[in-house]
Amino acid sequence: MDYEPKILGFLCNWCSYAGADLAGVSRIQYAPNLRVIRVMCSGRIDPIFILEGFLKGIDGFMVLGCHLGDCHYINGNYEAEIKIGVLNKLLKLIGFSERLILDWVSASEGNRFAQVVNEFTEKIRDLGPSPIKDEKYKINITDELNVIKSALSDIRLRVFIGRKRSIITEGNVYGEVISEEEFDKTLDQAIYDEYIRNKILLKIKNKSKSVLEISKEIRVEPNRVLKHIICLKSRGFVDFDKIIDIYPKFISIKEE
Amino acid sequence: MEDIKIGIFICHCGTNIGGVLDIESITEYAKTLPNVIYATDNIYTCSEVGLTEIRDKIKEFNLNRVIVASCTPRTHETLFRNTCQEAGLNPYLFEMVNIRDQDSWVHMKEPEKGTEKAKDLIRMGLSKATLLRPLEKVKVDINPSALIIGGGISGMHAALNLANQGFQTTIIEKESELGGNLKLLNKLYPIQVDASKLLEIIYLVESHRNINVLTSSIPVKVEGFIGNFETTIKKNKQISKIKTGIIIIATGAKALNPEGLFGYNGKTVISQLDLEQLLKENNVKAQNIVMIQCVGARNDERPYCSNICCMTALKNAMLIKEMNPNANITILFRDIQTQGTTYEDYYRKAREKAILFVKYSPEKPPLVKDSVVEVYSELRNLIINIPYDLVVLSTPLIAHEDSTKLAKMLKIPQQGNKFFLEAHVKLRPSDFATDGIFICGSAHWPADVRESISQAYAAASRASRFLSKDYLEVEGATAEVDTEICIKCNICIKICPFSAISKNEEGEIVVNKILCKACGVCGASCPVGAITILHFTDEQIISEILSCGVGY
Repeated sequence: MDYEPKILGFLCNWCSYAGADLAGVSRIQYAPNLRVIRVMCSGRIDPIFILEGFLKGIDGFMVLGCHLGDCHYINGNYEAEIKIGVLNKLLKLIGFSERLILDWVSASEGNRFAQVVNEFTEKIRDLGPSPIKDEKYKINITDELNVIKSALSDIRLRVFIGRKRSIITEGNVYGEVISEEEFDKTLDQAIYDEYIRNKILLKIKNKSKSVLEISKEIRVEPNRVLKHIICLKSRGFVDFDKIIDIYPKFISIKEE
Repeated sequence: MEDIKIGIFICHCGTNIGGVLDIESITEYAKTLPNVIYATDNIYTCSEVGLTEIRDKIKEFNLNRVIVASCTPRTHETLFRNTCQEAGLNPYLFEMVNIRDQDSWVHMKEPEKGTEKAKDLIRMGLSKATLLRPLEKVKVDINPSALIIGGGISGMHAALNLANQGFQTTIIEKESELGGNLKLLNKLYPIQVDASKLLEIIYLVESHRNINVLTSSIPVKVEGFIGNFETTIKKNKQISKIKTGIIIIATGAKALNPEGLFGYNGKTVISQLDLEQLLKENNVKAQNIVMIQCVGARNDERPYCSNICCMTALKNAMLIKEMNPNANITILFRDIQTQGTTYEDYYRKAREKAILFVKYSPEKPPLVKDSVVEVYSELRNLIINIPYDLVVLSTPLIAHEDSTKLAKMLKIPQQGNKFFLEAHVKLRPSDFATDGIFICGSAHWPADVRESISQAYAAASRASRFLSKDYLEVEGATAEVDTEICIKCNICIKICPFSAISKNEEGEIVVNKILCKACGVCGASCPVGAITILHFTDEQIISEILSCGVGY
């Protein structure tokens, strides 16, 4: 199958966008598959943007910022690294993470810019078109991407992401500095939990289901599902619907 | 809402774009896009002919969005924005599409694919342009005066520099007189000049008509932003307020008191600072002197090198040798740091004067006993006992205890050891990330007198860039908080690299448009989507993504 990958790139104004301009000034030829969206800083990139793109059928996403320590806005690229890192972990759960790359290109690295674009384009070419464009996988992948999107729109993961750098450098409200390793352990658990919880919400969006039914559908043990249901209920996202036989059925009442 | 009327101008840039891409087909394509009232191509859009056409067409068709597809916004956006403004269009309703640097120049061998890419990019630019909103730039007046916190050698030089340029300058000094650490020193390396000689500057400072000196004073509150700081100062029990355009931090550092280290007793075991005093009084009677370097430095608690102690020890050893050539002086060191030509030369001279150097390792530190210092020499792999009648401990400069208080007051960052942290280690060493606040001297990092003075000049010159202007014009594209949605989680306050976000008196989160640099990090980090990054809104960025030309 012959296909031309469609790749979107977020480039920060001060380093990678300037590096891309330099590639042009130096007439360095590279693959014509990339479409660039200029932002002031890589830290501006909300993971939601990338998910919107994947849902639309983009084959690959590049986020390019200044090298760490060289950010025009001091530490925006560190924030980008955290955000894209969490997104990457979620995408890994659905086998989509290879279609996203975060890299650093300075304003003086025209050559490197071309090289990074070429390598990524080839990688995406090898991976083939986004499975969302294939009728066979479309519904499944759309669901999975929407699950991740709602997990990353919810307050819990966003607070984790937003607080990470201050907690591992300045400390939490009690002044305790938590090591990145320790923080990531908690974060990884939260990433997985939120993925499962949002998956449950999707499954009971329009039709109420019992814990057992959900458990079978998403292949997670019933006791875990029940714990998640209780948590979602306390957040006001799930309500008890009715009892069929002896099984209580739950339905999502989360507003989109 | 008014109708969107878009004008698109596609540039050939001579043959730079036109020689590769099919401009005719791009222009025809542009005409088919929604809301496009006018689309044309120019040989050079940036020429006067091209710019006149933009101005004319804005008026002729009442265009309320203008797109230029040409080179890079990094070089030409300002020009086209100004052109729009001249024709009465808000400059933020202009959008630029890069079809040269990132298209025709890099796809010269694939013109069809380049043309296809140009169409995609124009469509993406158009969908963003449709959502653009007019914005206004903000003007801020600059109060042409400076506040310098700290009246040591660095602060005084910064003050003199600014005052000589004609700026009203105020120094506030915690102690009862100016001079800082220099008052405690005897002579200065590498030319053995009397420290008191450099303190003659105090007279110049105090008598300068543009300098106001407030001693025994500390800042207790700082409000405002660049151009308009208001600092509350406490002098004894009196409170006063002062308004200045900029602030320079020159609070310095202090020597660590070696209490509890190596048997420090202030008599036979003293610090380098104590020794300075003895030398001043010409009161060094000891014959056998042992100096220990890196006392309380380069360890887990203070991992940094204090920069000045090697040279200080060398200087004092040489001075003693000059007075008493028969004195036996041994310096126990971990590494000798004498960077540059002058300082290295100084070290060589010290060796020529038969000052002994013994390297010790931090795992086996020297032991100060009753009459000897026991030290394990790595080089000779044996324990040496050096008799002494005076041990001198070289301790590092450490940050003042109240530096954290000052950091919080000014919302400026500190590093692990509580020294202040500059905006960028290489590119902006004298600035803080927050505009209008600068740093010099040992408040930043242990600095000797020479470094303190050059840093003072640097800070003063960085400050005068602002002070010499009547007003500052700042970007209209900033962050904005929707207080209805905001849950006051304070994430944005912490995450903003420029301290531009704060809580106002009503407890609402507000963005200071003058400090905001529009990086957008807060917007991407807000857990509830309460922050809008003007000119790069979520809506605008997503519209670019969705219009890039895929679908299924």
